[in-house]
Amino acid sequence: MDLLRFFTAGNVDDGKSTLIGRLLFDSDSISTDIIETLTKQSKTTGIDADIDLALLTDGLRAEREQGITIDVAYKYFSTEKRKFIIADTPGHTQYTRNMFTGASNADLAIILVDARNGITDQTKRHSIISSILGIPHVLVCINKMDLVNYDEAVFNQIEADYNEFAIPLKLNKISFLPASALAGDNVVKSSDKMTWFKGPSLMEFLENVEIIEDTEIKDSRFQVQYVIRPQTEELHDYRGYAGSVLSGSFKKGDAIQIFPSEIISEISKIERNGVEVEEAFASEPIILHLKDNIDVSRGSTIVPFSQLPSTEKEVNATICWMDNSSFKEGQKLLFQQNSFRTKAVLKEIESKIDIHSFKDLESDGTMNLNDFCNVRIKTAETVSFDSFRKNRKTGAFILINENTNSTVAAGVIG
Amino acid sequence: MKLNYLDELEAEAIYIMREVAGQFDKPALLFSGGKDSICLVHLALKAFRPGKLPFPLVHVDTGHNSPEVIEFRDNLVAELGEKLIVRKVEDTIKERNLVDGKGKFPSRNGLQTYTLLDVISEFEFDACIGGARRDEEKARAKERIFSVRDEFGQWDPKKQRPELWSIYNGKVDKGENVRVFPISNWTELDIWNYIKRENIQLPPIYFTHSRECVLTDAGQLMANNEFLTLDDSDVLVTRNVRYRTVGDMTCTAAVESEAYTVDEIIAELKESKISERGATRMDDRVSEAAMEDRKKGGYF
Repeated sequence: MDLLRFFTAGNVDDGKSTLIGRLLFDSDSISTDIIETLTKQSKTTGIDADIDLALLTDGLRAEREQGITIDVAYKYFSTEKRKFIIADTPGHTQYTRNMFTGASNADLAIILVDARNGITDQTKRHSIISSILGIPHVLVCINKMDLVNYDEAVFNQIEADYNEFAIPLKLNKISFLPASALAGDNVVKSSDKMTWFKGPSLMEFLENVEIIEDTEIKDSRFQVQYVIRPQTEELHDYRGYAGSVLSGSFKKGDAIQIFPSEIISEISKIERNGVEVEEAFASEPIILHLKDNIDVSRGSTIVPFSQLPSTEKEVNATICWMDNSSFKEGQKLLFQQNSFRTKAVLKEIESKIDIHSFKDLESDGTMNLNDFCNVRIKTAETVSFDSFRKNRKTGAFILINENTNSTVAAGVIG
Repeated sequence: MKLNYLDELEAEAIYIMREVAGQFDKPALLFSGGKDSICLVHLALKAFRPGKLPFPLVHVDTGHNSPEVIEFRDNLVAELGEKLIVRKVEDTIKERNLVDGKGKFPSRNGLQTYTLLDVISEFEFDACIGGARRDEEKARAKERIFSVRDEFGQWDPKKQRPELWSIYNGKVDKGENVRVFPISNWTELDIWNYIKRENIQLPPIYFTHSRECVLTDAGQLMANNEFLTLDDSDVLVTRNVRYRTVGDMTCTAAVESEAYTVDEIIAELKESKISERGATRMDDRVSEAAMEDRKKGGYF
């Protein structure tokens, strides 16, 4: 059994939380005591349906009071085929940064569209964010089909509109699905009201969609998180580099190079779960040992000598600014890529991305909350990276305000 | 090659623990003796052996624990040769002149937050690893894996740091700390499947045993123990029960069960229609936002 991580995004009233509630409810993933509590609550919020399924995911008091999703909620369910992690992300523009958080780890995006409204500015924003984050697969779920008489023409029109809009986004794969979350059409079971739709229900889609894996990336990357040195009598000379294989694979005997030090060495031993292994693969937590006794510390990147990454003190990236206070060219930050952290300065804001048209706009040299910008960042130490399109693990970073310690931006290297 | 889901969850948890070791000066692992924190210890061993754990285990002892759990804790620590720090809620009540829990089922759930915050400041811990899971409760479903707390230990759900990919920002000022939840993405069933796969040992109260219990008005079974005050109207029954969660004996109910083995527990859970906290915790039944409010006050 494998694991599928997906996120859901939509307009405020597209019925996103209802859709998730319906998936959980119809797959028997909600316990009776929780249904009982919800039935009580639904009566106090005055919604007609017996159970307001949205109350399942809106976990904060402020969210229940305002009837909106503010922050990402994670929900879990599993079927015989798969375990699923849902990040239910907020639709409001002002909470874009929270959406970005929930979307970053996803294998699949579900973007909800209200069949009555078609594609809106929000749909475009969510799709552009999915494109920037390199989400492998986007499912456009056209919801509230019950309110347009389950009309095939409405569905076809939205599909055509979306395909046209999405051309410049270069999304890897797009699928479409008509549904009514409230009535349960095409959520778990195929709808008898839309026999014209030949595709699977949402649940069938989720159970069978192919997960496009980072492991398919050939270039092997490893980063040191922590150096293990027991310094006991029997393990006096033990020095192991603990970390996870970010991509590709590593073998005992591989000739490697370490960055930023640029030292060349050889893998002498690989341990996984306390056992020596010949080879380790993407995502596996391991301990690497090197032949030479050299200085390797947290944040060092180790790669096979034959598959070198880019190494620069300046990176071009697209970033999403996530802090309430604005930021100007020339200001300093911390740059963090996995476990590698270095001081950095924002050299230039080259352009701002219009989040509704995906066009580059001229920059006035400042960034504000939820802005997407193309920037040039200079770092104190050399960064070893791959372009985000090539490798999501080594092409992503966050920026930290040294003063407030906040995570102020997330970026993908171009 | 896609990892099996348990391997993927395990890899994520180990990655997070190693980030804690790499980013913080004085981390700690909060250990309650329950299945989730026992799994955390198991994961920590995988992350750091053959080295020592880069953090002590810290137990905030409410004084209302089952003796079997304390015995299990002490045996585990002795076997591993790791450091255990125990701080008792009893002592905090005396030192701070607090009022102990009252009533028939006197809970120290609120009081243990004081002890937790005291032990954090005593040892200047800057990170506390905990076994909370997002599927337990809906306020927890909203919390980040690295959850920054201010110097009063408070969680502010509106000021959570964005948390992207697997890049964790653990930078805090002196006096603040981060609560880290490596098994955020595990469900109760995942925990049991992992316990089975890894053959992890647990305190015996997780498995069925015969016990004298008080049948509460809500129909829950509370083990009869020295911390309860019974009156004549109480109904005492002897049933085959087990615990789904380990907590205070005063506010954690047992469930009727015939499950002797991990396999039987897994089968039982798949059939069960009641959530883990709903079945066993009296403290979450107070209000819809009970957990959110406790977290804002510094609870873990």
